[in-house]
Amino acid sequence: MIFLNYFISGISLGSIYAIIALGYTMVYGIAKMLNFAHGDVIMVGAYVCFYAVARYNFNPFLGVLLAMIVCTFLGIIVERLAYKPLRQAPSLAVLITAIGVSYFLQNSALLLWSSNPKVFPSIIGRGAFKLFDGELSVSHITALTIIACLVIMVVLTLFISKTRLGKAMRACSEDKGAAQLMGINVNATISLTFAIGSGLAAIAGALLCSAYPTLMPTTGALPGIKAFTAAVFGGIGSIPGAFLGGLMLGVIEIFAKAYISSQLSDAVVFAVLIIVLLVKPAGLLGRLTQEKV
Amino acid sequence: MTMRRLINLKRVEARRIYLTYFIVIIAYVICQTMSSTRILSSTMRGMLVPICAYMVMSISLNLVVGISGELSLGHAGFMSVGAFSGVAAAILMQSVIPFAPVRLALAMIIAAIFAAIAGFLIGIPVLRLKGDYLAIVTLAFGEIIKSILNNFYMGMDSGGIQFSMLSDTTRLLPGGKLIIRGPMGISGIQKIATFPAGFILVMISLMIVFNLVNSRSGRAFMAIRDDRIAAESIGLDITKYKMMAFVLSAAMAGAAGALFAMNYSTIVANKFDFNTSILILVFVVLGGQGNMLGGIIAAAALTILPEKLRQFSDYRMLLYAVILIVTMLGTNNQDIRNFFAKLNPFRHKEPEEEEAA
Repeated sequence: MIFLNYFISGISLGSIYAIIALGYTMVYGIAKMLNFAHGDVIMVGAYVCFYAVARYNFNPFLGVLLAMIVCTFLGIIVERLAYKPLRQAPSLAVLITAIGVSYFLQNSALLLWSSNPKVFPSIIGRGAFKLFDGELSVSHITALTIIACLVIMVVLTLFISKTRLGKAMRACSEDKGAAQLMGINVNATISLTFAIGSGLAAIAGALLCSAYPTLMPTTGALPGIKAFTAAVFGGIGSIPGAFLGGLMLGVIEIFAKAYISSQLSDAVVFAVLIIVLLVKPAGLLGRLTQEKV
Repeated sequence: MTMRRLINLKRVEARRIYLTYFIVIIAYVICQTMSSTRILSSTMRGMLVPICAYMVMSISLNLVVGISGELSLGHAGFMSVGAFSGVAAAILMQSVIPFAPVRLALAMIIAAIFAAIAGFLIGIPVLRLKGDYLAIVTLAFGEIIKSILNNFYMGMDSGGIQFSMLSDTTRLLPGGKLIIRGPMGISGIQKIATFPAGFILVMISLMIVFNLVNSRSGRAFMAIRDDRIAAESIGLDITKYKMMAFVLSAAMAGAAGALFAMNYSTIVANKFDFNTSILILVFVVLGGQGNMLGGIIAAAALTILPEKLRQFSDYRMLLYAVILIVTMLGTNNQDIRNFFAKLNPFRHKEPEEEEAA
């Protein structure tokens, strides 16, 4: 039963990673860039949600919605100002710019909201479902996180595969030039991708801080790196891959904390990543592109 | 391409190398004079050794990113291996070699050897991968090294050197001394790193890299970077050359780490985290990939910049971020570059020529 408890908290943590990883993987798929500022968008989302709920007594779900709107606009603005001028630039230049944006967001947060950790209110209280005569307890936030992740996954998959905009996104990730020739507005599609990714980051921020209620300007950094790892783990650019990678990473992390050593859990997570990449160099569900000569 | 053009290219290259040495030596002489005549403030004097260490890190990462063409996001890991092994070695040698400069030199050599071993072990899996996957694995190794060093204990007593992981179970005999204390790192380090030593290390690193780049192996590195398949088809052993660049780079990073650590009285593994790796990458990209002089200037500038921005107190890191973004946009966006090119009245070079130089 303890095993099952760990497993469920692993799935819950993994769900948060999966939601963040979706943002990484979608942006990578379409813009071929590693958006290192994504983790800090989570933090901004969490702060917006915190102030809306704790200071201005918004309904928690309204607070999350507000955070989503703010992050969506943040994502679009960052893309327009910092990444769009570098469409033709070498990928390393874009990477460094993304890191610059990450520093910028972290330090803006530091100025706006100070470095004092804030205690995040749980968005749906601290209750728990008791199963099997109380032997298995699943907190409400854990259940909500898992459900939210499943819903997001289903909606996003339907969006990508069924709608015109989703088709445009797939076309752009396949071949931007050809997509443009077919009349797809590539720039708008890339903006849309950033918008969706950043909106999801806001949800992830609210869920993350409800489960681990300490909010600081650096809160987003480590989950950001972990989620990035999860995206690579599942095969970067692949949406089901991000989902699978996130869940597996969460479960591995919780099990490593429980059964190996809490101090070395990060090392175990990264070691598993390395082993997976050695066996499957493009991640679990990634496509290995054949080089043509 | 005619032969003359090739010769010209070579001459430009040679001129650039001598210019680099010249600027480094001049900068050293100026800093040393200013430091000994007390014109330099004490904060600036304290930064001379870290600047040298970061310069070597920049040269070292440039070998991987600029010359060999692989993105490494975990270079601080090698720095930390070097820092810990070098400082531990220096502490162990304290009674045997009382003369500090020799001890420093030996510690840096030991640090380089340990970091090179780490580089070799990490290189085996890492260099099988490509592109962004390679980058994320180096990031992963950087984090693993940090985690391990954070839980590593080492002490010495009359029975020899004792190790343990996770918690201090070294059970030292009375009179023994715990040197590496897990998350507490190493404290009570003798600050034996000096600016001249840093300068010598920078010069040695530059010599190694310049000689390598203009050798058979260096040309192989660049051939692999520019076109892996073509290089492979003419029989270059890709793994061998990549490994060579990676291990050499790790060794230099290790020596730099030892130099860096021995400038402080305490050193902890968390100092060498992902942010440090990124900082070093920023030096390389800002200075121009493959351009050693640019890299070391960027290293010096970006180490001093946060200090100089201190008058803006809370805004300094924000300003730093803005400067970073604006520089990247300014140097990489064609529109902005053309705009600045029009402003520059002394510009008479053809763009193509500039690329060749």
